Amino acid sequence: MTPLAVREVWPHNKVLKGIPASPGIVIGPAYVLGERNKVRITHNYLDSRDEVEVEIHRFRDAVAHTRKEIADIKHSITDEFQEHAYILDTHLLILQDKLLYDETIRLIQEEHINAEWALKEAVKKAQALFNRIADPYIKSRIQDVGDVSERVLRRLTGGSPLNLRNLAEPVIIVAVDLSPVDTTQMSTDQVKGFITETGGKTSHTAIMAQSMEIPAVVALEKATLEIDNGDTLILDGLNGTVVINPDANMLDIYRQRKKKFEDFKHDVGKCSFLPAITLDEHQTQVLANIEFQEEVGLALDYGADGIGLYRTEFLYLRQQQLPTEEELFEDYKTVAGMMAPRRVTIRTLDIGGDKFASHLEYAPGINPAMGLRAIRFCLKEHSIFRTQLRAILRASLYGQVRLMFPLISGMQEVVAARRILEEIKGELHREGHGFDPAMPVGLMIEVPSAVMLADLLAREADFFSIGTNDLIQYALAIDRGNKYVASMYQPLHPAVLRMIKQVVDGGHAAGISVAVCGEMAGDPLYTPILLGLGVDELSMNALAIPVVKRIVRHASMEEAQEFARQALQHGSVEEVNAYVTGVMAKRFPEVFIFGRELASAAA
Amino acid sequence: MTENLETRLPVLNRLGLHARAAAKIALLASRFQADIILERDGVQADARSILDILGLGCPQGVEVRVRAQGPEAEQAVEAIADLFWRHFGEQG
Repeated sequence: MTPLAVREVWPHNKVLKGIPASPGIVIGPAYVLGERNKVRITHNYLDSRDEVEVEIHRFRDAVAHTRKEIADIKHSITDEFQEHAYILDTHLLILQDKLLYDETIRLIQEEHINAEWALKEAVKKAQALFNRIADPYIKSRIQDVGDVSERVLRRLTGGSPLNLRNLAEPVIIVAVDLSPVDTTQMSTDQVKGFITETGGKTSHTAIMAQSMEIPAVVALEKATLEIDNGDTLILDGLNGTVVINPDANMLDIYRQRKKKFEDFKHDVGKCSFLPAITLDEHQTQVLANIEFQEEVGLALDYGADGIGLYRTEFLYLRQQQLPTEEELFEDYKTVAGMMAPRRVTIRTLDIGGDKFASHLEYAPGINPAMGLRAIRFCLKEHSIFRTQLRAILRASLYGQVRLMFPLISGMQEVVAARRILEEIKGELHREGHGFDPAMPVGLMIEVPSAVMLADLLAREADFFSIGTNDLIQYALAIDRGNKYVASMYQPLHPAVLRMIKQVVDGGHAAGISVAVCGEMAGDPLYTPILLGLGVDELSMNALAIPVVKRIVRHASMEEAQEFARQALQHGSVEEVNAYVTGVMAKRFPEVFIFGRELASAAA
Repeated sequence: MTENLETRLPVLNRLGLHARAAAKIALLASRFQADIILERDGVQADARSILDILGLGCPQGVEVRVRAQGPEAEQAVEAIADLFWRHFGEQG
């Protein structure tokens, strides 16, 4: 092959790899929001006093317009992005910051340079200040300074504000980072995918792409440099691949993959609203985990049979003072009402004392996961606990509310918590407040000691819910955040499987149901084995519900039980992994085609 | 009456003095009749300037000195201290 031929082939099929952040495959032209699309500015020396005054006036005027522009965007932000409006407040502050505003005016006056150049110099100085910062997260905020000055420069040079509202054709947006503010300004029907250089699975970009149901790849280094405006891209949000200017052969391969995925998604989607019943008519509940009221819509859209875990920390952390009973009551009542007649499982507060400004004596400690948190904190701070219990009980009148206590380690906590609950029932009764006197009370099983006591604890509970994330961490003594041992975090560890079985057996002997609400519950690879171990309910990220329901509907309880029995025979985690993967690949190949990607993109 | 006050505060929130936290400080500082300086390892920042504060580059765990001068110095230091202790209203 001649060198010329090589050069002709070279620009095609360049493959970049990032982190998959929202499932799906799309092929289309790139729209790059990068350095090269920025305003070009020139340097002018000002000869007269008058010119200096004109430049200062121009600058002030451009800043005033920019302020209005930002305020308008803030005003137009839809409710779903409201919590991100603070970014615009930050931008307004940067706009009037002395390092940018005062400094630009000073440079115009003293250096006799035009407003554009002066602003650019001021930004450079801010950049120098930021360059010294070691913390990468704070350092990256120089981007906000860039965004703000870019807006002012556009005004100064007479350019129109960056406008993504009037995109003429469908595009894939490529950017360093995307803020929710950026997306509020896009005509979303023309945006077919996102690629960003920064971010992770839980970044704004990922969450927005998931809610818009378009594919996204994040953490793709140098994307805005490697990709040119108008390049044809293949964006694979399932495995994080981006192909730049694919040739006909590559396009063909991906068109087939795209079709296969869409057929799979369509097929799986059909299971969303069907009950999770096995071939031999054994019914399972597939529920959603939520953190905010706003996620109830997503849970219902994906066919959740209820809420298996409502994490209640958000209301306590979003504001500086403790939420009032009324605020909590309104929130729980709304969620219960929206989900009714489906059940809503509210977990009482699972945070540590160090999170509360009013209780600073509780320092975080070296190992906060094992510190004063969850039920331990609540039993020490009765007033916080009581307020929440009152709100939950009162909300129980408006739907099918269940309550559960986190991080139970032994009987004494159950007895103490239930005693307080009974007192509050008496209190509410005397005050004339209504509540569901039979509201089920469950225990979260996430501490190994609670596993050992499961048969005894079951007598004091209406249901169990196994929090596998914490349980695996405590049982195997593995900190998932520690990269040296993270690979030893193994849901199929024989000890973990035995623990789940022990909890199920203990619960069933006392006639109560057992749920799993950790990440394990939402991974379709584990669905049959959890079924076979006797788990009654699975609670997960809403996106995983259709896949998991599909597996349940295509399995029989009899085979699942045999599968679990075999898996329990193996003594090492490697053997269990090999066994489970082997059986699943044969029996449920769809799990390996797209199922895990679809379920885990949001995990 | 002019007061001159100083206190030392730990940065407790997980993300440190990032954009949102710095914005809260700058907004709060501009409400008081007082000149407020934040200092980390000898580097000073005007508490009214979000960029100055970001420029300190304070991650979780470092200590910041807050100095205020002016008629409302005491209220200003107290309010800023409160913000620090409350993790700027953030989770983690």
